[in-house]
Amino acid sequence: MDWGMILNNTLAGFLTPATIAFALAALGLAMHFGFAGLLNFGIAGFMAIGGYGYAISVLTFGFPWWAGMLMGILGSVIFALILGIPTLRLRGDYLAIATIAAAEIARLLFLTTAFTDVTGSADGLFGFNTRPDGSGFQNANPIPPGTYGFGPFTYNEQTLWVLIFGLGVLAVAVWLLWALMRSPWGRVIKGIREDEEAIRSLGKNVFAYKLQALVIGGVFGALGGIVYTAAQNISPGVYVTSFTFFVWTALLLGGAATIFGPVIGAVIFWVIQAFLSNLLPALSLSGVLPVSTTQASTLRFVLVGIGLMLLVIYRPQGIFGDKRELTFVR
Amino acid sequence: MSDNKTPQKSTGLHIGTPAPGCKKKDPILVADNIKKSFGGLTAVDVAHLEIPKNAITALIGPNGAGKTTLFNLLTGFDTADTGEWHLMGNSLAGVPSFKVAKMGQVRTFQLTKALGLLTVMDNMKLGAKDQGGESIFKALLPGTWRKQDNEIGEKAMELLKRFKLDAKKDDFAASLSGGQRKLLEMARALMTDPTLVMLDEPMAGVNPALTQSLLDHVLDLKQQGMTVLFVEHDMHMVRHIADWVVVMAEGQVVAEGPADTVMKEQAVIDAYLGAHQDTDLGVVTGRIDIIDEGGAK
Amino acid sequence: MSILSVGGKRRLINLLTVTFLALLALFSVSAPALADAVGEEYDATIFGNVKVEGEPVGDVRIVVEGGGYKAETVTDEKGRWAVGVPEKGIYEVTLDENTLPDGIAVLEGGATQEVEFGLTDRVAKNFFIGEGERNTTSLFDQLVARLVYGINFGLMLGLASVGVSLVFGTTGLSNFAHGEMVTFGAVMALVFGVWMQLPMWVAIPLSVALSAGLGWSLDAGLWQPLRKRGLAIVQLMIVSIGLSLAMRYIIQFFVGGATEQLPGFDSPKIPLFGAVALSVTDLVSMGLSVLVIVAFAFWLLRTKTGKATRAISDNPDLAAASGIDVDKVIRIVWIMAASLAGLAGVLWAYFRPGIKWDMGTQILLLIFAAVTLGGLGTAFGALLGALVVGILVETSGLFIPADLKYVGALVVLIGVLLFRPQGLLGKKQRVG
Repeated sequence: MDWGMILNNTLAGFLTPATIAFALAALGLAMHFGFAGLLNFGIAGFMAIGGYGYAISVLTFGFPWWAGMLMGILGSVIFALILGIPTLRLRGDYLAIATIAAAEIARLLFLTTAFTDVTGSADGLFGFNTRPDGSGFQNANPIPPGTYGFGPFTYNEQTLWVLIFGLGVLAVAVWLLWALMRSPWGRVIKGIREDEEAIRSLGKNVFAYKLQALVIGGVFGALGGIVYTAAQNISPGVYVTSFTFFVWTALLLGGAATIFGPVIGAVIFWVIQAFLSNLLPALSLSGVLPVSTTQASTLRFVLVGIGLMLLVIYRPQGIFGDKRELTFVR
Repeated sequence: MSDNKTPQKSTGLHIGTPAPGCKKKDPILVADNIKKSFGGLTAVDVAHLEIPKNAITALIGPNGAGKTTLFNLLTGFDTADTGEWHLMGNSLAGVPSFKVAKMGQVRTFQLTKALGLLTVMDNMKLGAKDQGGESIFKALLPGTWRKQDNEIGEKAMELLKRFKLDAKKDDFAASLSGGQRKLLEMARALMTDPTLVMLDEPMAGVNPALTQSLLDHVLDLKQQGMTVLFVEHDMHMVRHIADWVVVMAEGQVVAEGPADTVMKEQAVIDAYLGAHQDTDLGVVTGRIDIIDEGGAK
Repeated sequence: MSILSVGGKRRLINLLTVTFLALLALFSVSAPALADAVGEEYDATIFGNVKVEGEPVGDVRIVVEGGGYKAETVTDEKGRWAVGVPEKGIYEVTLDENTLPDGIAVLEGGATQEVEFGLTDRVAKNFFIGEGERNTTSLFDQLVARLVYGINFGLMLGLASVGVSLVFGTTGLSNFAHGEMVTFGAVMALVFGVWMQLPMWVAIPLSVALSAGLGWSLDAGLWQPLRKRGLAIVQLMIVSIGLSLAMRYIIQFFVGGATEQLPGFDSPKIPLFGAVALSVTDLVSMGLSVLVIVAFAFWLLRTKTGKATRAISDNPDLAAASGIDVDKVIRIVWIMAASLAGLAGVLWAYFRPGIKWDMGTQILLLIFAAVTLGGLGTAFGALLGALVVGILVETSGLFIPADLKYVGALVVLIGVLLFRPQGLLGKKQRVG
């Protein structure tokens, strides 16, 4: 058993484009559920729309990379509006079902062969980060070719560029969330999370606030999808409902109603996944676990499911949350 | 208890004889033809109702009379089947509850809705109207709302001092006692600078020591030029401070008038305030025709 | 991308492998592998994927012609083909229908279709193919056939959905792990009927019995203790999500990622009338569904426990106060819900056809659509909603591409929430 390699890959999981994308998705979910109390089980759909919006704008319409990314964000805003307007007036579990359905519809639309020309269907899309006409995301990379970093944190200039970009986006998102939640707007949102009727009786348009929260959280999710897609190709198989549930696990792990909790929860979650995805196959190869390597890989998702259950039963406030502030716990 | 002033009752609020649906000299709320049914059962059927301005009106009646339903209809927390009602000339029918609150009519809840997971000061600040910082774009620029927020904080402190909650301003509302939460909800409602204050059973679950304090606060509202409408079961409160009483039964208004005269109506005393359980209320409301004069009680 | 050291290169590859494995385990679509590519010396490519009802078809001949250039190829075992062309223009692509399996033809647009390049170097041409005569069957006949298939699917969906409604009605829980209870039944049938080679008339009742056991254990081991602990509804919902994840991947652990089949899944379809062709399995499935539904309706309406269930759904406090043992009734509800779901799983394994570790997830949304359409909390609403959803899913295949047939049901779900959130048979409570 090569512990060196296992440790190396685990540490590498701290800082990858996927980790940053996951953190952005968790921030979006923190706005939705942690602060506004909206049960969004379709965050993967927002990510898919962000990523596909970017890729399709670049490939089919020839947009430069930054315009493509803006299109991805715009797509998620429209998606949030279409989703929110009919469902935000309904009870929590109805919103949960509607958001899962909407994310599935989005995924199926990206997967269908009917739109293959634009979406690439099951194959997905590729070749949009480096464009022959120089308008791609990697074309704008100012870092000279080479290898940078040390130990497990070694990257080429392409990945480094994505990381710097992603970290910048993440920093802006964290600041945005913090600034909003400490303002009077954030006060109203926290009030809505606890008791909508009380807030209505004070003259606030509760529906408008919930819609705004849905849009903002959705934009964070879309940014996650964009950062993820800027690192490689895009394929519909990633944005399945299981993925949304992983984001929920990361959010609850860190602390649903905190600013840094989602980010830290996402990093911890991703690192644990990296660790297990290296450890378990190695254990099976070396005979310690009497199962095949594919079976060993599946085990880690079983552990995620069990982990989520234990988390929400015994420590729903996560690492950084305050149990007294939680509204979804009795 | 030394503040036990005898409240000055307003008189001469009505035009003509006091009767259900009688007109008022200066009505703040005028309602016509309000009906609400729940699956075949008529909960509210009010032909005409006017609430006098700058006075304290009580809405009383036995359980199931429709008081709370009418209350919810007037404040926009429920939708009527038919009906029109106007607040100072502005139509309220079909207006959502938050807009009603913006128009100057604020309500409290029977089961207090103090936001326990927020501090007392945050609760108060939520009540203020027209806050620039509550708009999502301005929220990002503290320069645009910081000053206003501080002013709101000062106004909140004045109100909190009046309600003797100022020492608790940074505590979570959940740590307050039940009575203090009632006061907080009332103070918070006043942050909206309302013209009409609707109180839903303000004395419900309040210990006797707090009752007088609450009564004084309600009287203060009238002093400051606001109008009050409250639903109550507590007859002490009704007799003590109500300028006008509206009595409901089986969804209809069956009596109106100043507190002392309405109380003296025999039928009202018997049916709603007394203990004649063997009398069907329908006898009084006219739902059941009295065939045998001697047999009716 | 210059790698300076062997160690660095290895680390980079490992990093990429970690990420890739993470993605691979998250979806079961295998990575694309183009085979039988012709004209690789050219930059521009026309490519496609030949599938029938989601299953790839190999050895289908494709001819590309245009601008004086002509080339042909055959699809590989994954149904894929690609032909390189010298320049980006307009080409004619012909699918040789003689190389399609019997009874399969191009349904729309004809066997020869045009394709034109856009901005990219690659353009796809896919043919809309499926079961059908080479000569078109009348739309009416097709509609009737779809209706019948839809009822078959709807009955099976109804068996699965009733349990969700009952559990919601009595406990308030939206159970996101219900799909896995359906998969469980199918997998048990696989274990007994295929792995242990028992005859199906033994394997199926055994599967249902084990599903009942699963329902019992879940309530005894998880849901009742959590109810006693006083967990809030949202917490319970998230617990059900974690349970769904764990169960799903435990099933994948034992069954693997491939699709397995039950014996008799490919029994021949007997033409009945019009364009309707059903196999013996289909007929038995429909009959069984109807029988079980009638038995269930009798239980709900006539027996003491059934009435108690409805009482608890209506008003749990009143039911408890009138002497009903709420915990015992809820336990029975879970057993029933799991048994019905398990049976539905077996029937669905024949209908799809196929057993896959994530088949429950596929159907969960349809179940929620059925339950919401019918009215959350009403058992008969769930049945009605399931029939509507089943018919909708099957008939929508006439108008929209086959791989989008579930989208129709999901759109209806959102539509119901928009216009009539209490569903067809639900009570109009304050839903918001």
